[in-house]
Amino acid sequence: MMQAEPSDEIEISTIVNDAPVTRRVKARQHLADFLRDELGLTGTHLGCEHGVCGACTVRVDGEVVRSCLTLAVQIDGRIVQTIEGLSDSGAIAELQVAFLARNAAQCGFCTAGMLLTAHELISQRAAATRAEIRDFLSGNFCRCTGYQAIVDAVDEVLRRRAGT
Amino acid sequence: MKAPKFRYVRPSSVDDVYPLLARHGNEAQILAGGQSLLAGLNMRLSTPALLVDITGLKALDFISLVDDEIVIGALTRHTTVLNSPVVRQHVPLIADAIRHVGHVAIRNRGTFGGSLAQADPAAELPACVVALGATMVLGSSDGTRRVPAEDFFTGLMQTDLRPGELILEARIPAQRNGRVHGFAELSRRHGDFAVAGIAALATLDGARIADARLVYFGCVDHAGVARHISAALIDQVLPLGSTEALLDVLRRDLMPADDPTMRADTKLQLAAVLTRRTLNALQEGPVR
Repeated sequence: MMQAEPSDEIEISTIVNDAPVTRRVKARQHLADFLRDELGLTGTHLGCEHGVCGACTVRVDGEVVRSCLTLAVQIDGRIVQTIEGLSDSGAIAELQVAFLARNAAQCGFCTAGMLLTAHELISQRAAATRAEIRDFLSGNFCRCTGYQAIVDAVDEVLRRRAGT
Repeated sequence: MKAPKFRYVRPSSVDDVYPLLARHGNEAQILAGGQSLLAGLNMRLSTPALLVDITGLKALDFISLVDDEIVIGALTRHTTVLNSPVVRQHVPLIADAIRHVGHVAIRNRGTFGGSLAQADPAAELPACVVALGATMVLGSSDGTRRVPAEDFFTGLMQTDLRPGELILEARIPAQRNGRVHGFAELSRRHGDFAVAGIAALATLDGARIADARLVYFGCVDHAGVARHISAALIDQVLPLGSTEALLDVLRRDLMPADDPTMRADTKLQLAAVLTRRTLNALQEGPVR
């Protein structure tokens, strides 16, 4: 789809967590604010707001992105999934159980982003080692856990899936 | 913080980009992936009046092998480069470097051309294309123009891009048989911009260095061949010993500045350590 004339407000049509959404958005509004303020999807957290912390991670067309470094207008015609959608669909249920069992969430601020990135990892790298898990999750900061329990939880899901 | 107010336009073809750039001049900013640009806007480091979103232009999203050149379209995302068997086989320096570019979510949106146009002195890809002797292909309403990567980066976040021009692709000579490569960087956390980094190509004759081409990042103001150290390494025999001799030469190539987190001489020392470590590792690396 194109936006042929420069404008500071644009109508977008998108699918968020399986529901079609059409809204007028300001050009300057990033996706995290759109999800939180316009759609009430506050599971996506806004930490640093400049792409460092990973708390705002969502999926666009099946891949994780920083929603603070994506404009709302850029999801026009795309499919967005947030922690709410992936929780409701059961797509990350295994990870959520493992996070709970391993105490991989403390304050919970990073958890939504961490789960989304971990979900991309287990979808793509069934044989990931602990070092590869750490590398893959390195863009998601956690200030509570020290990461050990998070890596344990992801590792457990991978090993359970592999039957080892 | 939130980005300042700007207008937005999403042209549907490369040819539609040029009139927009012509009409809006310096007020317009290309959005090629946005992983540096949008962070900068959120921090209000820049205030463009118009963002020209080219992220959807599929014509600039490709990797191909043409004769002995790997051609990477400007809008090829880092993730695509990372997963490309062609890149791994023919330009392994880039395959090694791209792992250090941001994190998975950043690599899913950041683009090859975007990183080159940004010309961040601490970024990996400008150093790699200079080391590999790549050519930048730039487009404008007047046609295309080719610029050697070495001449493309002109200063701190400065490039040879003229008003109205767009990076279309980078043409990278395939790494020749017999040449070895090394890549290393030091950063405070994985995925952060480097404090000091090196992209190196060399030809070895046993343990003797027959030829070397070293490019540094993080500790320079723009990517360029470090001529003095590259020349001084010829005929040296690996493994290199102390970093003292390297430091004396590196001082002529690198003039890092003090910054609030690190003194210039510390950066120089790190560059010397990386140089020794990377070159000494070449002996064990795969010879192509």
